[in-house]
Amino acid sequence: MQEPIQNLPKPPASKGLTIWAALGWIGLFGLLGIVALGLLSKQQGPVQIGKAAPDFTLTTFEGEQIKLSELRGKVVVVNFWASWCKPCEQEAADMETAWRLYKDRPDVVFVGIDWTDTEPAAMGYLQKFDITYPNGPDLATRISQAYRTTGVPETYIIDQNGILVYKKFSPFESVSEIQSAIDPLLGQ
Amino acid sequence: MAVFLRKNRFGIAWVLGLVAVLLWSGAVRAQSGSTAAVTDDQVNDVASELYCPVCENTPLDVCPTQACAQWRDLIRLKLSEGWTKEQIKDYFAEQYGIRVLGTPPATGLTALLYALPYLAILVGAVVLYRVYKALVKPQGTAQPAVPAAEQTISDEYIKRVEAELRKR
Repeated sequence: MQEPIQNLPKPPASKGLTIWAALGWIGLFGLLGIVALGLLSKQQGPVQIGKAAPDFTLTTFEGEQIKLSELRGKVVVVNFWASWCKPCEQEAADMETAWRLYKDRPDVVFVGIDWTDTEPAAMGYLQKFDITYPNGPDLATRISQAYRTTGVPETYIIDQNGILVYKKFSPFESVSEIQSAIDPLLGQ
Repeated sequence: MAVFLRKNRFGIAWVLGLVAVLLWSGAVRAQSGSTAAVTDDQVNDVASELYCPVCENTPLDVCPTQACAQWRDLIRLKLSEGWTKEQIKDYFAEQYGIRVLGTPPATGLTALLYALPYLAILVGAVVLYRVYKALVKPQGTAQPAVPAAEQTISDEYIKRVEAELRKR
């Protein structure tokens, strides 16, 4: 009578190797997760019209604190700029002219956010274009990251309810273009 | 003493004049605050450890844009005000975020960047060790894992197979 040979015991599985393999897979999937989150965040694109505008707190060059969420009930024009940005210069004078048209109204606020700039150059820019509405630096680029800006100049207009209603990724061509973006929101 | 002064009055006047000129030039340099006293090499030494906040992956010392020129001017200004390299780097990180630092601090997710290479080397070493150990393991060491009874059966079986083969 022949004895079967398939009953030979299997070699014992290495417990240590299994733990290392599990850790390796967990680490690999963790890394892939982080990369995926980063890619998703980048692919989100700019903040969408009709959505709540990301809140921010800006400390102006004069030291005043402006918090977007405290400006509810007002139309807020948020303009990202930099002193080294030539297209920003195209609209700087028009932005200031538009601001002077609205500054006596209690329901319109202009806020300039100076993106990746140096303070001396920024102050020179504000002086050159005689800009009087509040401006401040985007410290650690937190505000531009929240708005997922793609460069400068970019302008976002937020309505009285804190909803983003208008965005422009190039300089305004004229004062009337700025007015045409703001006026429909007034008297709502 | 009076005779000495009288005899050497021209020499003394010359020395006093020289001292006055030196003091005056020093005072002028100190008053001007003098970014000119900071050399390009000093500026580039700091700039080489910073990256342009706008253009991707471009060190500040070789970046050709106007924005970078402004940042280098800012470094020059800070150096002239007596700031150290570390203070300037901290200032830049605060203003523009840690992405401008050539060597970001090992905090949060950034810490992974520092830990992963060492972790990969460690895991690789463990895998290599285990593979090496499996390769050099003597054949005989696997035998005791087979129960003695089964070993006998197996040996008998093999003997029978060999006998059958010899018959053919």
